[in-house]
Amino acid sequence: MSEYLLTVKNLKTYFPIKEGLVKRTVGYVKAVEDVSFSVKQKQVYAIVGESGCGKSTAGKSIVRLIEPTAGEVIFDGKNLSSLSDEEIRLKRRDMQFIFQNPYSSLNPRMNVYQLLSEPLKTHFNLTENEMQLQILEMIDKIGITEDQLWRYPHQFSGGQKQRISIARALITKPRFVIADEPVSALDVSIQAQVLNLLINLQKEMELAMVFISHDLNVVRFISSEVAVMYLGSIMESGSTDEIYQKPLHPYSKALLDAVPNIDPLKKKRRSSLKGEVPNPANPPSGCPFSPRCSRADDICRKEKPTLSFYKGRNIACHNPLE
Amino acid sequence: MQNLLEIKDLKIKTLRNKEEVMLLDKVNLNIAPGQCLGIVGESGCGKSITANSLLKLLPYPLSVSSGNAMFKSPSLGMVDLLNLEENAMRGIRGKEIAMIFQEPMTSLDPIFTIERQMKEALEFHHPHMPENEKHERCVEVLKQVNIPRIEQTLASYPHQLSGGQLQRIMIAIALINTPALLIADEPTTALDVTIQAQILELMNNLKHEQNASVMFITHDLGVIAETSEQVAVFYSGHIVEEASAEELFYRPAHPYTEGLIRSISSLNEKGNQLYSIPGNVPPGGELKSYCRFYDRCKYAEDSCKRGLPMLVEVAPKHYCRCFRHSMEVEV
Repeated sequence: MSEYLLTVKNLKTYFPIKEGLVKRTVGYVKAVEDVSFSVKQKQVYAIVGESGCGKSTAGKSIVRLIEPTAGEVIFDGKNLSSLSDEEIRLKRRDMQFIFQNPYSSLNPRMNVYQLLSEPLKTHFNLTENEMQLQILEMIDKIGITEDQLWRYPHQFSGGQKQRISIARALITKPRFVIADEPVSALDVSIQAQVLNLLINLQKEMELAMVFISHDLNVVRFISSEVAVMYLGSIMESGSTDEIYQKPLHPYSKALLDAVPNIDPLKKKRRSSLKGEVPNPANPPSGCPFSPRCSRADDICRKEKPTLSFYKGRNIACHNPLE
Repeated sequence: MQNLLEIKDLKIKTLRNKEEVMLLDKVNLNIAPGQCLGIVGESGCGKSITANSLLKLLPYPLSVSSGNAMFKSPSLGMVDLLNLEENAMRGIRGKEIAMIFQEPMTSLDPIFTIERQMKEALEFHHPHMPENEKHERCVEVLKQVNIPRIEQTLASYPHQLSGGQLQRIMIAIALINTPALLIADEPTTALDVTIQAQILELMNNLKHEQNASVMFITHDLGVIAETSEQVAVFYSGHIVEEASAEELFYRPAHPYTEGLIRSISSLNEKGNQLYSIPGNVPPGGELKSYCRFYDRCKYAEDSCKRGLPMLVEVAPKHYCRCFRHSMEVEV
């Protein structure tokens, strides 16, 4: 068995733009243009980027919640894209998804017991007793009491709701989970509680995790490896510590520089990034970052750099920083 | 009075099941000309209603129950914003005090062009301004906020522009009448970090160029550190700590502020656990009669329940509401 639990190779997800009466396809939004990475057993791998860079679409394409256009996803030695719908449904017991917004991802008409028993009913043949035991074990881990089992989502706070949706994802005892911005809808002081819970469960259950986030501080804390995405492509990937200490891609550097510093004496005004993320339906030629990059030259505007190994990490840039 | 705005003992209440519920309790704030006051707190702590009450924008059933807010109006002289007639308020709102809201996508009207919406703010306060002058003024403020392709932007509708551009247009509309006070309610929360950095830089420049005062409301301490000179920390309907930004970040006095700062800085250390303040944010409207941070405080003792601690000066110009610093009880 290979050391990687999940390998994503050249994943592409395009959404057609349709126009006119007959809905002719006039173009594509290239949400995920070329994404490749591998996740080891028990590892937390982060994908970070600005909104619209395709990180969520990439996450959903991996577990085929969105059908990818091309590319391979190999999970536990099996190519997911070759599986039938029924086979992929069975595989989802092993790979779960935690959604961003607990306010909309929990069915308001189901109480906690129903919410947690649903995945068990889908994936296992358990007696009511066995199911109860598993649910009680799970709610104990997430700090929900037994008498709260019969309450409905609206009776919980945001943090509690997100803990319930984490429980819902982990109750099938998966080996791999994708967490798509699991704390960004929560208050600051609550975020830390939920992150701690997630990390403790990840260690306890020996989960491999892909953690999708736009929050660079959280990513640094939680992950050992990170991929920086921009306009559907990975710009730089490798060890989180190394990238945060010394980004080699100009985009990673700009992104890290933009994080507000909590030290008021360091009100350094950095060279902030000009302009905005281009439209993915009409991406610039060459390197997607070239229109905003201070190091861009002719080759950057003509030729798209490929992700290649450089100084201990992967980077897609013609003029990397020293 | 050398301050531009002095808020005294502001209290805001609401009706819940026909009963009066207090949301905000004795808030005192001062803003000096050219100063940026940061207000930080989590959802439901009363920071947005404080700002809305200044412009009489509280939605029913919320209302101001007592207090005053003295504003040094360039046109009317000293006025109390909270007891101002609606007609007089119209002369101030959008002209002398302007507001930037959190969601640029929802605060602009989708069916009118940007130009039409920008001119609306001008027309209201300068009804006789000639058309070409209005256009020039629009172009001028859009330049200030670094909008590219100005003419094209003016002719566009909100859905054709990105979030960062819309937020800059919101700022431009707020600036179009050169206000003395700018209230920014979470202006960068809906935006990405790179766009946020652009907007913060822009706001810092404006403060210096126009000598406008800014009230900056946010839940993000990092944003506060980058913009504000003076900071007020809100918790459960009142101020728990107020100091200069430097003082607050280097010598936080209240356990809540300490917790907030620690939970951010612990992100930068590789450890096994993130620091987190235990417990939940109290829902708005449940104001306790003893220290409101009691349930979540790591220093809490039984004696903390003896009453509401008073906001006292613990160091020069550094105010804190905690029994660890003063035994005084608020009456």
